[in-house]
Amino acid sequence: MSILVNKNTRVVVQGITGKEGSFHATQCKAYGTKVVAGVTPGKAGQEVEGIPVFNTVVEAVKKTDCDTSLIFVPPAFCADAILEAADAGIKLIICITEGIPVNDMVKVKRALRGRDVRLIGPNCPGVITVDEAKIGIMPGFIHKRGVVGVVSRSGTLTYEAVHQLSTLGLGETTCVGIGGDPVNGTGFVDVLPLFEKDQETQAIVMIGEIGGDAEEKAAEFIKKHVKKPVISFIAGITAPPGRRMGHAGAIISGGKGTASEKMKALESAGVTVVKNPAEIGLAVKKALGR
Amino acid sequence: MNVHEFQAKSLFAQFGVPVPRGKEITSPETASAWANELDTPVFVVKAQIHAGGRGKAGGVKLTKDKNAVAGLARELLGKTLVTHQTGPKGRVVRRLLIEEGANIAKELYLSILVDRDSGWPTFIASTEGGMEIEEVAAHTPEKIIKEAIDPAVGFQGHNGRNVAFALGLHQIEPAVLNPFVKLMENLYRFFMEKNAALVEINPLIITKEKTLVALDGKVSFDDNGLFRHPDVQQMRDLNEEEPLEIEATANNLNYVKLDGNIGCMVNGAGLAMATMDVIKLAGSEPANFLDVGGGATKETVAAGFRILLKDPNVKGIFINIFGGIVRCERIAHGVIEAAKEVKINVPLVVRLQGTNAEEGRKLLAESGLKLDVANDLWEAAQKIVQLTGKAA
Repeated sequence: MSILVNKNTRVVVQGITGKEGSFHATQCKAYGTKVVAGVTPGKAGQEVEGIPVFNTVVEAVKKTDCDTSLIFVPPAFCADAILEAADAGIKLIICITEGIPVNDMVKVKRALRGRDVRLIGPNCPGVITVDEAKIGIMPGFIHKRGVVGVVSRSGTLTYEAVHQLSTLGLGETTCVGIGGDPVNGTGFVDVLPLFEKDQETQAIVMIGEIGGDAEEKAAEFIKKHVKKPVISFIAGITAPPGRRMGHAGAIISGGKGTASEKMKALESAGVTVVKNPAEIGLAVKKALGR
Repeated sequence: MNVHEFQAKSLFAQFGVPVPRGKEITSPETASAWANELDTPVFVVKAQIHAGGRGKAGGVKLTKDKNAVAGLARELLGKTLVTHQTGPKGRVVRRLLIEEGANIAKELYLSILVDRDSGWPTFIASTEGGMEIEEVAAHTPEKIIKEAIDPAVGFQGHNGRNVAFALGLHQIEPAVLNPFVKLMENLYRFFMEKNAALVEINPLIITKEKTLVALDGKVSFDDNGLFRHPDVQQMRDLNEEEPLEIEATANNLNYVKLDGNIGCMVNGAGLAMATMDVIKLAGSEPANFLDVGGGATKETVAAGFRILLKDPNVKGIFINIFGGIVRCERIAHGVIEAAKEVKINVPLVVRLQGTNAEEGRKLLAESGLKLDVANDLWEAAQKIVQLTGKAA
């Protein structure tokens, strides 16, 4: 078992003929992911590493029965690309693109509301179910199939945590990057219940950072609905207020969104909060009594 | 990106939000000419810097005498203002806004930003204009009014009425009720069309003549939306930004200067923050946030070194790279080449992990460069802190 994606997931890559798109489509395919189609308007008939390219997502769905989209379209055109995927009947949209204007995402989020579609990201590393499907830009080899579900707002910091879990022999089920933007498709509270229900997942690692209140919302949810051990690290205890720390969403504004507030909320919900990012793996090991 | 008050007000005027008559002034001579043209009972001379608290710091002057305006301009131009938002070094005043005064009957607060939880643009309003909204929210939260706007249909009249009546405008001054609703509609249009991140009017005043005027204006723009607005891009004032941050942006690096003494260079924003945190845990303070991005080539690392070393507080450098798609031995080459190019006169600890980490570490160890190599994050942080001495 796993969540969101597995060996049967059929992927279309939007923006497949671009530098990033072609490189990562190839990498995903090499990992074993069923990458069945690509889309770049005006490039139908071409192939990228044997993956057929179509002009529209509608066409790709019709010809290849793809159900999940991985997006590398440049920021100015990305809102359009996400909505194109949703309108074509894609059920899971994973958007890697960084730098989409917030107001574009405001409209996209509103348009997807109430529809049977899930958007992950934007500005995220993607989703991987270990040994089954890598749909994103994460390095596949650091993962090892195991018992921990990972959900995170970060990229390389997630790799750091995954590396620790793999090295300690705990391994992962599925790792979900929800992205670093202030307005995104999927939050911690959407992913936590999936891990709670997944039989293979025994513990959950949740990596948050300063800005917004997604971690506080997660704490409320965990208190009520999550029985599995949750281990969390919140990045940015040393970040000054009012400054954006790389991610568009990582900013303490109006005194809200500090790391210490988030840690306090999570601790009061029974979450093991790790202060040292080098000890995430060890804390999981301890929580699982291994 | 932030803009000055005079720029915010010129944009307000474009979108039909009423502002006082005023002009940007950069010399006492033009101040004098503008005062003659403005010809108003009260002249307001306001220092233009990207920071709040200007009034308290002496950056806002009033006079009824138009012949005194040039003198006030001379006094303020070139002066360093220190407010609670500028830090102890303060900001040099390079431009002024000289505008007509207003007869204030009542001060209100009005702002708009995207509520991150719902993802909807949301107005915040209060009858406590002129105060800092965080203070109002902390002490009298019942005086904060929020109204979310459905982005699918945009601003509707009832959104404006909800706020106007909740503020009690029908009791305070019924004549401004409809103009207030119109003002909110115009502000929403401005916010969405110009990709603003925050628009704040504090105070929005009701004048004794029963009109509404935006007496102050603060606007920041979504950096990701700037490509659509060349007019807004031109409003950028580099004098208001940290020089090292400007240099970093020019090199496609994401850098934020902090006050500690351990410079850090990391790939990825989350890991960069975590690296700052681990430096603090080890007993010192980070000098900066620096994300070199996924690539981390010789060029980006060299640019990173140059920026870090220009900060005189930096007593040591900690490079923390998690090699994913980019292999560590390539990053090691980059560090070695960059270190040869840029003279590094402080201790350097390099931690490599991920793809081909071992080869990368070996290359560094055999490079003949004076540096320490580590594979564990905590070990590396302790090492750099030990080499630079703990923070005083």
